[in-house]
Amino acid sequence: MTDSLPETVLRVEDLKVHFPITSGVIVRRQVGTVKAVDGVSFAVGRGETLGLVGESGCGKSTTGLAVLRMLDITSGKVEFEGEDISSFDRARMRPIRRKMQMVYQDPYGSLNPRMKVADIVGEPLVVHGMADDQDKYRARVAELLKMVGLLPDMAERYPHEFSGGQRQRIGIARALALEPKLLICDEPVSALDVSIQAQVVNLFMELQERLDLTYIFIAHDLSVVRHISDRIAVMYLGRIVEVATRDQLYKNPLHPYTQALLAAVPIADPELEAARGQQIISGEIPSAMRPPPGCRFHTRCPKVMEVCKSLDPPMRTLDDGRAVACHLHGA
Amino acid sequence: MTQPLLSVRNLSTRFRTERGTVRAVDSVSFDVAAGETLAIVGESGSGKSVTALSILRLIPDPPGKIETGEILFDGQDLLKLDDAGIRAIRGNRIAMIFQEPMSSLNPALTVGMQVGEPINLHRRSPWAAALDKAAELLGKVRISDGKSRLNSYPHQYSGGMRQRVMIAMALACQPQLIIADEPTTALDVTVQAQILALLKELTREANSAMILITHDLGVVARYADRVVVMYGGRIVETATARELYKSPRHPYTLGLMASVPRLDGDTERPLVPIDGQPPDLATLPPGCAFAPRCRQATDRCHSERPPLVESVPHHFSACFFHDRLAA
Repeated sequence: MTDSLPETVLRVEDLKVHFPITSGVIVRRQVGTVKAVDGVSFAVGRGETLGLVGESGCGKSTTGLAVLRMLDITSGKVEFEGEDISSFDRARMRPIRRKMQMVYQDPYGSLNPRMKVADIVGEPLVVHGMADDQDKYRARVAELLKMVGLLPDMAERYPHEFSGGQRQRIGIARALALEPKLLICDEPVSALDVSIQAQVVNLFMELQERLDLTYIFIAHDLSVVRHISDRIAVMYLGRIVEVATRDQLYKNPLHPYTQALLAAVPIADPELEAARGQQIISGEIPSAMRPPPGCRFHTRCPKVMEVCKSLDPPMRTLDDGRAVACHLHGA
Repeated sequence: MTQPLLSVRNLSTRFRTERGTVRAVDSVSFDVAAGETLAIVGESGSGKSVTALSILRLIPDPPGKIETGEILFDGQDLLKLDDAGIRAIRGNRIAMIFQEPMSSLNPALTVGMQVGEPINLHRRSPWAAALDKAAELLGKVRISDGKSRLNSYPHQYSGGMRQRVMIAMALACQPQLIIADEPTTALDVTVQAQILALLKELTREANSAMILITHDLGVVARYADRVVVMYGGRIVETATARELYKSPRHPYTLGLMASVPRLDGDTERPLVPIDGQPPDLATLPPGCAFAPRCRQATDRCHSERPPLVESVPHHFSACFFHDRLAA
């Protein structure tokens, strides 16, 4: 993974997405700011899967939406295939959007119930003016359905006729319609039944190999992320606290938050669980309106030191290529 | 063997739907001993939640109805009680914790009123005493400054805090049995670990039994003593947690374990999904409900329903081939 560096598809530098909080009915004034994403940097190489993990409110979904420019970026840079797209307007984003697509969490809410599957999957082609030749268009829709394991005769049906797993396949087919390079998958399996999740995870992995896709896989399920990702970035309160390859991160997590996250995940083995000491951190993620001073994790950190309360630890890259933002490491 | 605290015998619950009568729970029997944690595992539509609601007779009727069965709690059949009788049990000797704390708490009442209510109602404590007790309970579930917190409303709490309030309510009358239906599914992983550890600790302290309903095999492994696996409204396998994970004896259980990635799993090995989808209860096949998705299914499985049999002592499986499956 790190020995031969693949071509970088996406590079994000010091990305910030802040939302104003306003108050007042007649005269609206800003009373605060939610720093949903507050200085995030990472890169994704071609054909790679970067897992983006963290708890609700950590900014992982906002990061995904900002990369796609579906949210306004407050500051920072988003570079796609070498081009800085952070200040592109709608017209200039249009050709970029073809190459970056999103797969959403909720396969019930993200498909229009009044549209036939063929129209849902083919809509991106229509929008981008690639549906003039009816025969070609139909063939492409059929091909997309086949690619995600659906039957061609399903094209004439409506979303309610499908199960959750099948709906997620429809969402994936739609995302693939324009032959994107990068897929941002936001919790794509968490709404599915346990026995169905593996079907969709395997589909993602097959498609990646076949189509040379690059993934950002946003999820809170650390076991699923471990299975699918090459590298993982752990987010906490608008920041990345640790980025490492899968084996580095899961075998030897360095940031106390990563350690706490992994310790919190129960393993499906009662004997192992009985032997495993449980270090459960207390408290909940603080408000992104008033993040704690210093290290944002210091209010919950079991290894907190004096310095952590006032000094925000910078992200440091270690000798083995991983990066961590903690005063315990690399100072 | 001493008499179990709860003994569910041959419970069947059906619902009338537009598509005909659906048997959400079909001839389910299991026991819960005093102080033990029993997990009921299953996917959506497996009947795990309906089983829990049936125990407390919380099935809306119509469209639902408990058709047959006995629910013996401390030797008393809950299905034979009148309304006043079951109300005296609910929230008192058997308490329930639901998945979504926001929709289970009353948004218009203070937290103190809600935690104090079961004490006021069942223990006939005057309100002042009930509120004192409520403050003490909030401390028990690690909500600091319980006394002043009594006056806040649920929306002022985070998801994890609300679930702590639910636990405080459930513990208020020191129930002998707590039924927790996916108590942490809506919560973040570190908060989930906190809540489950707290629940386990407090039930142990009070020597309460717990029925933990979940779809998460990791949660089962960490917290349960025994496990019931449900599929299509029926029990397909039951054993102690250790035995079940070591040598599962039903293809569905085996399939689940192979399809779920583990934090310590081999990442080079692909996940083996279970083909197909969870069953539609309105159109269950005549034979084994899992047969359409089972790779080992024979003609017999499609036509005849396998009974739940004791495969090895205390380990039951509803598969004709339970002997051949054990590892």
